[in-house]
Formats: sequence, structure tokens, C-alpha cells
Amino acid sequence: MYPEKPPRQFNILGNCKKYGLSTWQCPQFLFLIMGAIIIASELTFYFLGNYYIEDPKIVILAISGLTMILFVIAFTITKGFENLAESNRMKSEFISVVSHQLRAPLSNLSWTIELIMSGRLGKIEASQLEYFKILKENNGRMKDLVSNLLTVSRLQSANLILKSKIFPLEDLLNDAIKSFWPYAKASNIEIKTNIEKNLPKVSAPPDQIKMVVENLLDNAIRYTQGKGKVTITIKKTGKNIYFSIEDSGVGVPQSDQKYLFQKFFRSENAMKRQTQGSGLGLYIAKSIIEKSKGKIGFESQENVGTTFWFTLPIKNQQGKA
Amino acid sequence: MKTILFIEDETALQKTLSEVLRQEDYKVISSLDGEGGLNLAKLEKPDLILLDLILPKMNGFDVLANLKASPETKKIPVIVMTNLENLENVEKAIEAGAMTYLCKAQYSLTEILEKIKKILD
Repeated sequence: MYPEKPPRQFNILGNCKKYGLSTWQCPQFLFLIMGAIIIASELTFYFLGNYYIEDPKIVILAISGLTMILFVIAFTITKGFENLAESNRMKSEFISVVSHQLRAPLSNLSWTIELIMSGRLGKIEASQLEYFKILKENNGRMKDLVSNLLTVSRLQSANLILKSKIFPLEDLLNDAIKSFWPYAKASNIEIKTNIEKNLPKVSAPPDQIKMVVENLLDNAIRYTQGKGKVTITIKKTGKNIYFSIEDSGVGVPQSDQKYLFQKFFRSENAMKRQTQGSGLGLYIAKSIIEKSKGKIGFESQENVGTTFWFTLPIKNQQGKA
Repeated sequence: MKTILFIEDETALQKTLSEVLRQEDYKVISSLDGEGGLNLAKLEKPDLILLDLILPKMNGFDVLANLKASPETKKIPVIVMTNLENLENVEKAIEAGAMTYLCKAQYSLTEILEKIKKILD
């Protein structure tokens, strides 16, 4: 692996980026602001002191005292923030390193299982095949989890570079539907599309948007019990393309709705029906859509269904979003 | 019979993919490190090289640079196969002359095999 270069002490924005925090949450930037506040309060005190207190020695003493107190307070607060930010960064780095290390053995396992199941090494009995299928399925689950963890850690450390391209969203959707068709059919779910004609192209990172669409489609099928219907709509709204996916599934309880896009959160309703899942998919979807200058949201009613939607910017004449 | 050189330090991956390739009538030669791989490339002049990036003795980028700098190996197509799927590495490998870049974790054995066949046929 190639270690990152440590950012310079005075490169405040670089340090903030390293922590993956916004500027207003970044310890170095907050320390700078505190410094400015200290200087401003000293100047105020100096002018007030000069005006109300006759003896300059008392003014100097009071200003020195005030400076020290403010400095200690500022230092303690920002140090606290810095420790928090550092432990957060280390946690992300740990996830990233572990995930990378897990990837190689999981790929080995996956290819080996595939080779055995292909029958290239000799015929496999039907009873054995059943157990190899279990191995394959569980290997797939681990690979998905590792892949999600890596995406989250990259999103947090701002290492995930999103490369926007101009493409028709409906093509991406049709490909996703094709790959989900067998799963939907096996789950007794009908997928319907409602795509406006002559839609303009969107400007967004296609690989990541594919991830979002597949995740929403997977959720819609996964959390629909028995026979059901999933309706996908794509239309133009102003300067954006609007995508929505409506299911007739279990819905999200009112009390869980505000947490739905949080990392590792899984709704009670979802847990009752599906124990598998990491609670990372919607967090990743939200981060990707927002980084692509779009919006994401949902409406849901328990035991009736859920509609997830997102918007993406249409490319303008210069080809930029 | 076409020859494929597989430079990969993960023995399990090397074994599985090599087995499948041999069954598809390709001659597979392999190396577990970069330096050995580079020597084999110069000696055997394979039709295709599958190259990992993190390798002992010499990393994949250096192997690629050496292959492309030498007149006798610069025309051999190279597929970079790794799990470092960040865009920077992809671009770096393509700029250095790799034909394509595949993330091993994203593809099944069959998919990888199909891609290799397509390039060689």
C-alpha cells in the first residue's frame, strides 16, 4: 500500500480534509477562530480599560490575565475536538486496512468455490453442490459487506473520487432491472417502469449512481412480502432528472424514519423480516447523491409501502452540471 | 497455443485461474514476484501478461514500466489485476501502458476468463 503524505501543520484545509470533517467541525480551523476571538476580546478590553481605568498597570495585568484564561479555554476545547477527530480518522483507517486485507482471501475463496462448482475439477454430487451453494452465498455476503465498508471509509476520508460523466439514467436503470429480474421473479415481484420520453442526459458519476439504483431496487424487492409490485419512474423536473422507486413493501415505522440514512442503522421493521444487511446501503446512497449535487428522500407508510426518490442535475449546454 | 504470463503473489488465485486457463488450452507460466515475472517476460515473450500491483521484490508499476521500456516486450498486452480499485491507480496503470485494469474482487472467475479470451482471440 502507498502511505499518504502527512499534511503540513499550517495547511489547515489539508488537515481538515485528512479528518474528513467539514471546516466548521475541524479542530485546526476552530483553533484559528478561537485565536481571532481572543485578539478581538483583548482589543475590546484594552479600549474599555483605557476609557474606564486610570492606572495602565491594572489594564495590562487584566489583559494578560484574560488572554491566559481564554487561551487555556480555547486550547482545551480544540484539543478535545482534535482527539475526537483523530480517533474518528483512525477508526476509518482501521476499517479501510482491515477491508483491504479481507478482500484478497475473499477473492481467493470465491474463485476456488467457483472452480469446484464448475465441475472442471471433477463431477460434483447434487448433495455436495447444495453445500457449495451455501459457501458461495456466504462468501458473496462477506464480499458485499467488505465492499460497502470500503466505500464508506472512502466517502468519509474524501478519498472516493467521483468522476462525472454524461449519460442517460434510463439506460443504467434498464441494465439494473435486467440483472435483478431473476431475483424479482423468484420473489414474486413485478417491476414496472414509467419513463418519460426524450429525457435529457444526467451529469453524474455512473459507477456510483449504479450502486445507488441497485441498492434501492434491492431494498424494494427485499422488503416486499409475498406478491408485490415495484414501480420505477424517471421524469424531468426543472433542471433535474427525478428518479423514484415505489414498493408495496413493509414500510418504515414513523419512529425510525429520521434515522434511516444514518450509518449502520436498520429499521426494526426491516430487522423483523430480514436479518441480513449492514445498514450501510442508504448511507452510501445519500452520500453519493449529495456529492453528485442531487437530493435524496423518501415517503413511507408502515405496511403500505415506501417510495424512495432522488434527483440528479441535467447536463447543460456546455456539458457541465 | 498461446502463452499467458501470470505475475501474482497470491498462490491460491494463481492456482485457480491458471487451472481454468490451462483447461482452455492456453500455456500458463507464472511468477510469484515482480523481478522473476519481468525476467520470464523477456525470456518467453508471452502473448499476454496478467500483472498484480502489490508484489514482492519489484512492484507492478515498476514491472510495467520496465516491460514498456524494452523493445522486445513493449508490444505484449498487459492486464493489471489487483484489488486496489482507486481511480488514481487505474489511471496510473493505463498511462504506463496497461491495456486494461481489473479489480479481482469485482469479477468472477468466468468473467475474468471471458475478458482474457476476448483479448487473445
